[in-house]
Formats: sequence, structure tokens, C-alpha cells
Amino acid sequence: MLHYAHEQLQGDYYTRAFQAGAQEDTLIINMGPQHPSTHGVLRIILELHGEYILRAEPVLGYVHRMQEKMGEVKTYPQYLANMGRVDYLHALAWNWAYVRAVEQLLELEVPERAEYVRVITCELNRITSHLLWWGAYLLDLGAFTPIMYGFADRERAMDLLQIITGSRLTYCYYTFGGVTADLTPQFIDGTKDFCKYMRTRLPMYKDLVTDNMILRHRVDDIGIISVDMARRYGVTGPNLRGSGVEHDLRRNTPYSIYDRFDFEIPAYEECDALARYLVRMDEMEQSISIIEQAIQSLPEGPVMPPKMPKVIKPPKGEAYGEVEGARGVIGIHVISDGTATPYRIKLRAPSFSNLSLFAEVSKGILLADAVSILGSLDLVIPEIDR
Amino acid sequence: MNIPPELIHISIALAAIAAFIGLNGLVLVYLERKVAGFIQRRPGPYEVGPWGLLQPVADAVKLVGKQLVRPKVADPWLYWAAPLLSFTPIFLLFLVIPFGPTLTGMEFNYGLLLILAFTGLNVLALCLAGWSSANKYSLLGAARSVAQSIAYEIPLLLAVLAIAFQFGTLNLTEMVHQQGPWPWQWNIMFQPLAFVIYFLCAIAETNRAPFDLPEAESELTAGFHTEYSGMAFGLFFLAEYAYIIVVSCVAVVLFLGGWQGPGAPGFWWFLLKVYALILVIIWIRWTYPRVRFDQLLNINWKWLLPLALVNLLLTLIFVKI
Amino acid sequence: MIKKTPKQSTLQGIKSLFVGLKVTGRNFVMPQITTHYPRKEVDNLATYRGHVDLVPKEDDPMTSKCILCGQCAKACPSNCIELVIRKEEVEPPPDEEAQPDSGSKEEATAKSAPKKKKVKRILDAFMLNYNLCSLCGQCVQTCPVDSLEFSTNSYLAGFTREEFIFDLLERMRNKQKASSSG
Repeated sequence: MLHYAHEQLQGDYYTRAFQAGAQEDTLIINMGPQHPSTHGVLRIILELHGEYILRAEPVLGYVHRMQEKMGEVKTYPQYLANMGRVDYLHALAWNWAYVRAVEQLLELEVPERAEYVRVITCELNRITSHLLWWGAYLLDLGAFTPIMYGFADRERAMDLLQIITGSRLTYCYYTFGGVTADLTPQFIDGTKDFCKYMRTRLPMYKDLVTDNMILRHRVDDIGIISVDMARRYGVTGPNLRGSGVEHDLRRNTPYSIYDRFDFEIPAYEECDALARYLVRMDEMEQSISIIEQAIQSLPEGPVMPPKMPKVIKPPKGEAYGEVEGARGVIGIHVISDGTATPYRIKLRAPSFSNLSLFAEVSKGILLADAVSILGSLDLVIPEIDR
Repeated sequence: MNIPPELIHISIALAAIAAFIGLNGLVLVYLERKVAGFIQRRPGPYEVGPWGLLQPVADAVKLVGKQLVRPKVADPWLYWAAPLLSFTPIFLLFLVIPFGPTLTGMEFNYGLLLILAFTGLNVLALCLAGWSSANKYSLLGAARSVAQSIAYEIPLLLAVLAIAFQFGTLNLTEMVHQQGPWPWQWNIMFQPLAFVIYFLCAIAETNRAPFDLPEAESELTAGFHTEYSGMAFGLFFLAEYAYIIVVSCVAVVLFLGGWQGPGAPGFWWFLLKVYALILVIIWIRWTYPRVRFDQLLNINWKWLLPLALVNLLLTLIFVKI
Repeated sequence: MIKKTPKQSTLQGIKSLFVGLKVTGRNFVMPQITTHYPRKEVDNLATYRGHVDLVPKEDDPMTSKCILCGQCAKACPSNCIELVIRKEEVEPPPDEEAQPDSGSKEEATAKSAPKKKKVKRILDAFMLNYNLCSLCGQCVQTCPVDSLEFSTNSYLAGFTREEFIFDLLERMRNKQKASSSG
């Protein structure tokens, strides 16, 4: 054990446990919990040899809020508000996963228009999520301007979502059986304009960033996640598609009405950070196309089922609702014991699986690449800790 | 009392330089933030004074007013010496730069040599700052800065050497005299390659984006000045801006005809060119991502160094003919 | 569709650097898109859903539609709604006059009251603790008579927590007074 002159340098439990396995002449460094590139309070302990990383270990739990335990003390509708807070970037996907699970328990039929509304808003939310990832990733890589452009466009999408959901980030919009508010003409016109506008912005993003030589060198061949590794850790979403696996719940097990739309599942076979980057850039384009199709064929009708139970009391049983979020498969397992409060709720957060592989993929890489890889995984820390 | 006139001359020059550095620091802070704002389609500094003009002053007052904090385990002497060491050589650098036909702090035959020699001192300051802070991020930042500065000094020297051979002098005033007022008479037309090499190296030497690795905030939080607060940080900051001005001044003297320009030659032409160059540097910073450390060194050793050598060789051949 | 990432030659790469400068240069001269807050305000607040507000009755703007069922308080995930209810004896319908005095002896009178008299529950205050509210809208959804609506009140700032404990009934009355006088 090393001797330190000052007690505060000894570190906490995790640091000391990590230190026990350290080689000689290496530097142990804490990236986080407050660090510009971990976007939140993720902490990673690194063992560095010069600029090279020998070992890395993520330490979690700094924003643990007992989301699962909260589910056991709240009624079904009360827990809806929590869903927007698990992953604040793609809140509507979590909303959706939860209402899907409970709808299965209640055997509720969702009106057709409500399904369309859900698709439109969820895809819009996916675009905002990807835009924020794009800006933040570029910020990690040292470019300061893209995040401002990304935010400017994201503002427009959030203005649209505000029209119908009333909030801008932590939406609580879907409800059992449908959605809480119908689309307004203002929203529909605005969304049409937004889709057109985004189609002019995406080429600009390509010119400014995607084609940039410096960025290419920062992400090309960095952080190879092989298909095997991805499967071992349960990686999903754009990260898996960046490893050349065409897996997307919207296509593989089409839920809701996704089988009615014509869209591509972008996937790249290179398995590196560039592939993951391009998957997300392409996904934004696909989301725009889905929104346009959905608005084109938007049916008339109610957005809530005609007969709704006054008190949500699902019969005994369990249900699993899963949707494709911006970061991967979001799964919510609800067990009901016949009362108004769930017996158990289990949240499957995609970021948790996506982060797990970091320890393996970061062996022997440069410190700068670790930042690049962390960014390319698109982690949302509150979702990891839940 | 018999004060030599040289001493009076230099004293006045030093005082003028101190004012120039301070003023330029303020202008550059404002300019950088305004340009960044406009590129990102926001107003930039806006609230303090008309068009936010007093923002840099407010920043400076804030920095001066802040407490100077030293980590408990930091080496006190080296820790406080580092910012001073980074800042003081700048006075010498400005002394030999010919701002106008007669506006030079000190006529010195080896002016270029003096600038190159004293720019090298900055590396030492960053190294000391990183080492004495007793912070791992600072240490990594310092290690990066040493490797980067030493590597980039070589092609920079080679590029400048070619110019020195071409002009046959190290005196900066003399160099300006050999160029004409019109753009096609400037040295950049004869030495474009040297200019590109010099410009890239200058960005790297001054730790500016995309080569700002010693203070890459997403990797090393703030690099070598992580632990510095108040005016100690302020001195590093001011030194960084002063070095940007120095390298731009040298570039203007070597490649862009110095104070000469169409119409009336004078220091206004010089300042105009310097600020045009600085604007380009700022523009680059707000456009590109940061390169990786090994790529940075690769660019240097695999591209810039051979190119600089070829350039030097070609220059020698032309000079001989 | 599994694609390959496009490769880039060095020449294309160097060209891309100038393209990037062109993009930022073009943005430099384009107009700003920010809203300078204290001087200008954003124009989309009409759709913003802030904390809840009580809805007044159409015929009597000084009383709310609320029927005091307490569903909203029960539905709230963070228990931030509290209904302050006062019980008051009412004369049988022919009189149509509420007793002016209530207060301390109300409980005693309620018990000993003759069967003719009815006990009327009156809303004294509708307390919303906005410190705890998560703006989920469960209260608005559960309200059987639509007596709650979202306000567009987004410019909220204060120095103490107490400033965010609102009496919605008072807020509603003040609003009605202001609108009727102005």
C-alpha cells in the first residue's frame, strides 16, 4: 500500500480497491464524477501508462434515485411522471414503454389516431435526443460550434412538442390507452415545416462535421465493438447497428403501427465510433421520413379509448413493454398483484448495457480515444443509475 | 546622474509594450467572444456596457479580485513562479518587433533569433505549472505541452530559417524593407509553403484549437492550469493571448510585408494585418474539432518537418542561383 | 441495410477543412437566432403548461368549479395539493342564507344540528406546493368537473420556498378581479 502524506489523497473505497491491482509506474486518475466529458455524474477510474489506458472501471450510482422502488409505492398513473425523468433525452420512449406494459395488463385497445400521435411525437423526440448527442459529442471532441447549431434546431422540435405536451424536456404525455392531448393544426403545420427545415440542416451538418478530416481521424477505427462483444454485453440501439447488426425493434418486432411505414434501418459494418456516428445521423433522416409519412396518413378519431376504468387496477399478472429508444431497447417489466400499486417494476435501461462494455473496449487505447468512445456510446447517466 | 539614452528608450518601450499587451488582451478577449457568438448565431457579450464592450474589463476585475488558491501539497515556489515565467518574457518579444518604419522598441540585428529563443521559455513555464500543481490532470497537460511545443518548434525554426536565408538577415526591420507595399511584392508570394508551415506551427505553439491539447477540457479538464485561480490563471491567459499576437506579428513581418501597404505605410497597416491573422486563428478555433495527441505529432514529424526541409533546400538553391 | 462507412482521401479531407470554414463563415454573417430575454420574450408561452390553476364558474367568476372531491390530491404523485375545507351549516333551501358565523363551534353545531340543516363544505383555500410539483398533469386529468387547468406562468423566481406555496383560490380571485377591473 502506498503511503500518502495527506489523508485526502488516499481516495475512497473504489479508488483503493482499484489501486490494489495497479502495476508499477502507472498513474491512477479519476475521470469524474465531475468531468466535462462524462455528461453528468459518471465516474471512471483509469489506470494510465503515459497517455495509454491500461484499465478502466466505471463507478455508478451518483444519481441513483430509486426509480424502481418508487414504482412499488405509487399507483400506476402516479408513476407515469417518473418515466420522463429516467432518460430525460428520450422521455417519450420511456413513457411509451411503460404505458405499453400497463396496456398489456389492462388489455386496452389504443385508438388508431393515438398510435399515430405516439409515433410522430416519439420520433420527434428521437431527433431532439440525437441532436443533443451530436452537439455534446462534438463538444467532447473539441468543436464548440456544432452544439449551438444542434441546440438551435432542437429548440424548434421542442417548441413543437411543447404545443401538445406542454413541457419541453421531461414529458408526461402518453397515458394508458392513448395520449393526453390531441394534435393541433398548429403542431401539424409546424412539424411539416420542421421536417423540411431539417432536410436542409442535415447536409450542413455533413459539411461542417461529418466530412471534416479532423473528426474523421478522431472517430475512424476507434473503439471497435465487435458483434460478439456487443452480444455479450447486451448492447442495443445505434451502438449495435454500428456493429453491423440490423436490429431495431421498430422493424424486428414491429410494435404499434411501425409496420405501416417505409423506412430504413441504417447499419454500418465497421463497428467503430464513426459507424455509430453515421448510424445516428442516418437515423435522424429516417425519423423525419417516418414523421412525414405518419402526418400524411394521420386518421381522424379519438385519442383515448371510449371506455376507461376510473381506477387503474390491472388484474394479477405481469407484462413486459419494450420500445426502441434513442439509445436502444427500453424494456419495462411490470408485475401486478391486483391492487392499484404495482408489485414490482423493473426498468431495463439501454445505457447501462452500453456502458458495461467500456471497461473492455478501452483497454490499451489513448485517453483522448476514451473520450471519443464514451461520447459515441451516447450515455445518459440518470438512465444508467435509475 | 548620467542615464544612457538607450536605457530611457527601452524603458519607454517597455512601458508602451505593457500597455499594448494589456489593451490587446482586452480587445482579444472581446473579439474572440464576439466572433464566437456571431459564428454560433448569438450576440456574445452583450450586457456590460454598450454592445458588451466593458465585458473584458469586468472579467479582468473579477480575475484580480479572486482569491489565489494553492493546493496544500503544491510546491509553493514553483507554483507561483510558473505564471510569472510564462508572462515576463513577452516584454522582450515585443521589444524587437517593428510596428512601423521607426516604431521599434530596440533595433537589434538578431531580432528574429531573440523572439524564437524567448518563445521557447513558455514551455518551461507550462512544465513547471503542471509539475508543481500536484494534480494529475495538470501533469498530463504539462507532459503534452512539452512534447507538443518541442516538436513544433523544429518545423517552425526551419520555415523561418528559409526566410532568413532568403533575406540574408535576422533583423526584422531589414526584412520588411526588402518587401514591397503591394500584396504581390510580399514574401508570401515567394514562400507560400513556408507560410503554411509557419502558420500551422504557430497555432500549435500557442496551444490554440485545433491543437489545444495541453488544455483539452474534455480530456484533461483544464490541463496545466487546472489548479490556478484568480490572476495566476489570468497571467497564463494573458500570456496565451500575447503569444498569439507575437506569432501573428512575426508572420506579418516575415510574410505579409510588415508595415508596408498600398498608400501610406505605417503601423496601421501592421495592426490591420495582425488582426486579420488573429481573426483567422479565431475562426479556425470555432470551426474544427481537436486533433488527437498522436495525430498532432504525426502531422508534425511526418508532414511538416519533411516539407519544411524541402522548402529550406529549395530556398537555398534559389538563393545560390 | 448494412452499409460501409464512406472513406475519405487526404485531398478530400483538406478540402473539407475549407468547406467547414465556409459553413461557419456563412453563419457568421447570418442573423442571430437568440431571444434577448429581459428585452424580448419568447412567443410560444401560450402552449406552456406550468403549475395548475383553478377554473372559475361561468356564472360566478369568484368561485371555482371545484366540488371538493379531493381526487386531485389523491392522484398527485408528490402530495403537493392540499384542500382547506370549511364546514358550514346551511339553512334548509327556503331560507337560502348561510349562517354568517362558523369558526370554533362549527363541529359542535354540526353534530347537534337538527336534521333539517345541511352541512355545506366550502373551499377556503386550494394550496399547491409548487416546490414538489413535477408538472405531470395527473390532477388535471383526474378532475371530474374540469376545475383545474394549466397556467402559462413560466417566469417564476423567488428567494424562499414559501413563495412557491400558492393558494390557487386566491390566485384565481385576484386574476378575476384584475380582468374585470382592467
